[in-house]
This record gives sequence, C-alpha cells and structure tokens, in this order.
Amino acid sequence: MANEFKKSKALTDKKFHYCPGCSHGVIHRLVAEVIEELDVIDRTVGIASVGCSVTAYDYFNVDVVQAAHGRAPAVGTGVKRVHPNNVVFTYQGDGDLAAIGMSEIVHAAIRGEKLTTIFVNNTTYGMTGGQMAPTTLIGQKATTAPSGREVKDYGYPVKMSELLSTIEGAAYISRVSVHTPAHVNKAKKAIKKAFETQMRGEGFSLVEILSTCPTNWGMTPVDSLKWVNDNMIPYYPLGEFKTPAEVI
Amino acid sequence: MHKALMKGNEALGEAAIKAGCRYFFGYPITPQNEVPEYLAKRMPEVDGVFLQAESEVAAINMVYGASAAGARVMTSSSSPGISLKQEGISYIAAAELPCVIVNIMRGGPGLGGIQAAQSDYFQATKGGGNGDYRLIVYAPASIQELVDITMDAFDVADKYRNPVMILGDGVLGQMMEPVEFKETALKNLPIKPWACTGRKKYRPQNIVNSLYLDAEVLEQHNFDLLDKYEAISQCEKAAESYMTSDAEIVLVAYGTTARIVKAAVHLAREKGIKAGMVRPVTLWPFPDNYMRDAVTTRTKAVLTVEMSTGQLIEDVRLAVDGKVPVHFYGRVGGVVPSVKAVYHEICRITGQSSEVPDKIEKGIRYFFEGGIRING
Amino acid sequence: MTKITFEEDTCKGCELCIEFCPKNLISLSNRFNDKGFHPATVKNTSKCSGCAICARMCPDVAIAIEQIEYERGAAVNA
Repeated sequence: MANEFKKSKALTDKKFHYCPGCSHGVIHRLVAEVIEELDVIDRTVGIASVGCSVTAYDYFNVDVVQAAHGRAPAVGTGVKRVHPNNVVFTYQGDGDLAAIGMSEIVHAAIRGEKLTTIFVNNTTYGMTGGQMAPTTLIGQKATTAPSGREVKDYGYPVKMSELLSTIEGAAYISRVSVHTPAHVNKAKKAIKKAFETQMRGEGFSLVEILSTCPTNWGMTPVDSLKWVNDNMIPYYPLGEFKTPAEVI
Repeated sequence: MHKALMKGNEALGEAAIKAGCRYFFGYPITPQNEVPEYLAKRMPEVDGVFLQAESEVAAINMVYGASAAGARVMTSSSSPGISLKQEGISYIAAAELPCVIVNIMRGGPGLGGIQAAQSDYFQATKGGGNGDYRLIVYAPASIQELVDITMDAFDVADKYRNPVMILGDGVLGQMMEPVEFKETALKNLPIKPWACTGRKKYRPQNIVNSLYLDAEVLEQHNFDLLDKYEAISQCEKAAESYMTSDAEIVLVAYGTTARIVKAAVHLAREKGIKAGMVRPVTLWPFPDNYMRDAVTTRTKAVLTVEMSTGQLIEDVRLAVDGKVPVHFYGRVGGVVPSVKAVYHEICRITGQSSEVPDKIEKGIRYFFEGGIRING
Repeated sequence: MTKITFEEDTCKGCELCIEFCPKNLISLSNRFNDKGFHPATVKNTSKCSGCAICARMCPDVAIAIEQIEYERGAAVNA
C-alpha cells in the first residue's frame, strides 16, 4: 500500500547492535524486504561471515549458517549444491571478501555458482577496530596504516566489482551506495535484480554497497554519508558492471 | 557376494557411495588423487555431486555448508592438505556437524614427501584445529577394513553429530586387495531437523554456528561437547588383540605398520618369544582398555612401532601407566620399516641377542633409561 | 491519515532521518532513551506526508508509517 512502512517479516525482532548510522542496518533491511517481496522467506538460507555482521543470524529470519572468515562463498556453495532450489546468499564485509576470502569469491564467480553475495564495502575492518582493508583509499588512515595507506607498501585499493565482472560465470555485478534516499532505492532494486538472477539460474550475482563506518572513520553518521559521496564514489564508480545476457 | 580387486583410494570412494554419501568436495594431492578422480566419475552416476574445489580450505568449507544443509558428505586429502583444513574441521566439530574426512598420510613435516607415513597422529587425535574438540579417528589396516569402516563412518558421524576422520596412509591408498562391499539395503538416512534447508512451512529458523560471545554460554557448550565425547569414549573404542593373552612383549601399531608388526610377531613366536600385538582401530577414543587387558603380570615390555618419530607412543605410555617399559622403533619420511627390523627389535628387547645382527637396521629407537638413538 | 511512529528505545540518535526529511519535521528530543541516546521525534505529526524517506534511511528500522482511516472520529484500522 502506498505510504506505508513497516519492518519486514524477514527480519527478526532483535534490535540491531550496529553503531549509530552504520549502513549495515539499512542493508539488512533492504535484503530482508527483497526476500519477503520475492516470497522466498521459506527457502532462503543466509551465510553469515565474520565482521560486524557476524551475528546476522540474529537478524535475518531465515535459516543461517555462520561461516569462517572469508569462506562464506565456499560454505554457500556446499548449501546450494545440496539444495539447488534454495535461495542462498552470503553477506560479507570488505576484509572478509577482498582479503582473506579473495580466492573463495573469485572461484565462486568462476564456477558461476548460483549464489548472491551482498558485499558491504566501508573501506575498513570495522569489527576489530578500524584496520586497513584492501579497499582502504590511498592516504586514508587506519590503525594499521597510521600515516595513511601508501601505494609503495600496499598498492591501490581493489575494485571488486570491476574485477569480478571480467569473469564469465558472473551474471550480475553492480555497485551501489546507500548514502541518500535515492541511492537507497536504487540499491534495493540492484539487490532484487541480484536475487532474481540467482532464481533464474543465470549464474553468480554480487551487489557491492558503498557503506559508512562512522565509528572507525571518526565522523558523525551524517558526515559519513558525505564522505561516501565525496571520497568513495569518485574511486568506486556506481553502476552495473555485468548484467545477464539478453535472451534473443 | 563377489570380491573385486580394488585400489585402496578407489575402494574408499565406492564405500562412501554405498554408505549413501552423495556429496564430495576435494582437491588434488598425492597420494590420494584417485579418491577425487574415482568420485568424479561415480558421483554423477548416482545423481550425487562431485566438486573439485579451489583449495583444501575451500573444500572443507563446502563440506561444512553441505553438512549444515543436512547432506552426507566427505572430503579427502593428505597431510599438508589436512593442515589446511584444520580451521574448517574445528568449525565443523564446534557446530556439531557430521561428515567424513579422510587423510591418506604422507611424509612430513611441511611439503615433505609423497610416500606413506604416520606422522599425523597428533594432528588427528590431539587437535590440529583450535579449541577443545575431538574427532572420532579410525585407522584401517587393510582395504577390506577401510571399506567396512568407511561404510560405518557416516552412521557414526550422524549418530553423534561429529566429524569422523579416517587415517589411512600412502600404502593403503595405493595398494590393491580383494574387497567385498556388504550390500546394505539403502537405508533411510536419518532425518536432521536441525539442518538449514529453508524454513519450510515457516518453522523457526535453524542456525548453524560456533560463535558464543558470552563466556558462560560458551563454557556450557564446551561442557555439552565434553559429555558427548565421554559417551563416544564409553561406546566406540575398538582394537584388535593379537596373541596377547600370554604375551611377554606386547607390540602396538596401527594401519599398514600393524601388518608388518604381525609378521614380526610370527617370526618371534617361531623362535619361542611370546610376542603379541594390540592394534588400535580407533585412535580416538584410544583403546586404553585393550592395552590394560594386554599388559598383564606376564608382560615385560611394550614396543610401539610407527612410521613417525613417536606419536602413538605417548598414548601407549599413558595407558601402560608405568607398569612396564615402553620402547619405540620407527622409520619416517616415507620409509617403511621392514619385518626383519621389527623382529630384531623384539629380540633385542627380550634379550635374544643372538638373533640381533651386528649392523642393526636404521631407525629411531627410544631407550628406557632415557634418550633416543638413531642408527645408520 | 498518516501515522508515523518512532520506536524511541530503538533509536540511536544518528540523525540520518533528520538530515533527509523533506519538511524538516524531525528533531532530537531532549530526553534520553534507555540506551543513553537522544531519540529522534516529530513534534508536529499532522504535517507528515508519509513519504517514508526517514524510515528508509533509518539504520535501525525504528520508524513505522501507517495509513489510518477515521470514521466519525474513531480510527477504523488503527
């Protein structure tokens, strides 16, 4: 109904433990709304990773398997191969997916594994206190790069959507953000498209969501949103990098 | 029932299929490559899933996922690959998921060699992964036993909701022996109401997890695991006692080494030496009861023989509890001890010095008065 | 008519709703909630159009919006 808003049935009653202004809360809500709207609450299995969202099993009202750091795509592969009709999604941060889990995410895409990955990119290791991540920007300070990330030691931040979009088995790869209401709406559309890609059996889908970490960035939540706009989007352009082939 | 001549690795694959295993995730590593290769062909024939993962790490995590989803699932690897799996194994044990993990052991440490060894006993029985957990560990000594154990392993894993490890070695994996598969009617696999299959009919969510941030809750979880391990310890110990009832020297060995030791026991008996053998079939729970039964007032010494620098011997010593000296003879790195060398060791220990050659065989020997001597 | 509810004990005072309300209706209350935050609140709910932008930006799903029909002074579907 127009102009109505209430909590999705795919979320539990548990209050989120995330920091004030953290994008995880918004993203959890969007994923839950998509699961409910696609009417797949009873056949979805979520794979929780290791990071601030490790307790995602407390929030998503679906079956959830908690996976070791970086291994969610492999765990999801195990679940999906046993129950191909289930909708299986992984929910991973940038340390989990782009550092320790780089092999698992790339190979899930290579295999065209029919999974959907929600990739929360906030340029930091949030849960452990703000260490540098593969996605930390040049010059951006982190607790393990106190003078700011330097190219000579760590190279350039990795652009996961671009990287994965070169893989044949990846069917839908897009990058969105949640820093304004319009972007939140677009993010939800992308997440829905990703789940639908899986449900049509077209291959691997991933939505990279540029997100805030006000606590470790040392900013207010509102300023964090501006930081996404001013600093992240210029380096991590938004858009669809791979879409399912048109059926002729 | 007819017998087939099969290679160990392949018989293992067939046994898993016969036990109802329909999911296998693995990775190439010598000397177990025939396991994934056999299952790559066989799994599709039974509408199962074979997947070669990108690494042993990925494979064990696929096992974790498939098991969490309620499936009968197996992985196999060899020593360095099993090292890679340790994190996943700890998670599987913590989440109380059933699965079968096979280690066809090779020489180590590190990249080591590709020939048989028994240097992963500690890794299998004392942890390997973090935390207080146990694997049920089997050590078959023939391909028939490998097949029988594999077929039971899935039931045991489901019964206790625990990972089961089968510890083979390169000899067992590569050799060929006649084997028959007991044709069990494809039983109804147990229902797993805890599995993550999707909230059918909106039942409450199932969560498979090993994280418990509240210390008291985690402690209780560990208490529960301990209770389970106690129950397994009470019920599942298995070993073969061979000619131990009147033995003056009791040898202890498992797997391929036990076959060599058995032959040495025969040689000793021919010379009038009362030798016997305890062959653990479960390495965990360790069959200490069999050890206690075998080491009687008649026993003068125990000799542990391993293809390692001495791992099983620690559990043997614990079980013997100081009653008699526990000696050791071992070869390692892929070298297999000879029957003659073990026989000479029996003679040396029991004082039959006339039988001991001047140039004693190479190997590691522990001495009761302390110290290790490596000959050759 | 639009009914907007703020779950005060869920609110963490992040102010994202305040930033984006097109009519600037939302402000932080002077009260503390039981988490120690000043929760967001709307003083003049009759001006709320129910656009739900605040609800969509809220990271804690603390805002709910319903449409209530009134008949002869009583809420029909409250």
